[in-house]
Amino acid sequence: MTEPKTTTVEVRLPTKMGYEKVAMSTASAVAKLMGFPEDRIEDLKTAVAEACINAIEHGNRLNEKLSVGVVLRADNDALEVKVIDDGRGITTQPARPDIDRKMHGEEDARGMGMFLIQALVDEAEWVTGADGKSSYVRLLIKLDKTPV
Amino acid sequence: MQSDTKSHVDQIKSPSGYPVAILRFEGDIASTSKDAVLGAYEGLPRETTKLILLDFTRVDYINSSGIALVIQLLIQAAHSGQTVFAFGLSAHFTKVFTMVGITKYARLFPNQAEAMAAL
Repeated sequence: MTEPKTTTVEVRLPTKMGYEKVAMSTASAVAKLMGFPEDRIEDLKTAVAEACINAIEHGNRLNEKLSVGVVLRADNDALEVKVIDDGRGITTQPARPDIDRKMHGEEDARGMGMFLIQALVDEAEWVTGADGKSSYVRLLIKLDKTPV
Repeated sequence: MQSDTKSHVDQIKSPSGYPVAILRFEGDIASTSKDAVLGAYEGLPRETTKLILLDFTRVDYINSSGIALVIQLLIQAAHSGQTVFAFGLSAHFTKVFTMVGITKYARLFPNQAEAMAAL
């Protein structure tokens, strides 16, 4: 039986658009070390980027006095990523984006981030912190999973 | 930190002799790319530009805000009776564009030659 080994990497991002790419690069480097195939690394990069963008824009509301925490926990068969902000989290999941409604102006052209996160990783959950002042999204991508 | 998006337009003829505008993008396509994406598109003469190709060959990073700009371009193109194809997306972003349904309104091709052949 293989003994579970966990490695943790933490990154703290400024609340500025564009810095999600630092989290993407970090997640990509960890996933490569774990042996993820290239297509799953691309899925992970997009999911992590969208989670960080949501944290910067909606969680921290672009307040540059705040930061976004990114915690990556690698174990033998999966990589877990938590993206933590100072927002109150979400109470309801947005509806799945509908391209026809978008094209007809019945739905905002934006609003695809959470959909992409859920579609590209194996598990995604949005959690509100016990103090009500912070929240995080937890992503999990499994090493042995076939591509989406 | 967010890298700039560059864009330029090439005007060529389709195999059937119709004018084709190719919008070539370079860099990231994100929330800051509005001028490079929509500005470049809105600079095209609508009366004479009915075929548009979007070239993503030199684009490395597209986020959901960037995808929203592409959708806004497609909305305007649909209202103007224009046909839009796209080419040069990586395998990953081809999958993402397919997931969000863009392929229903803009066919995707691996490269310019294959997109041109389909015009």
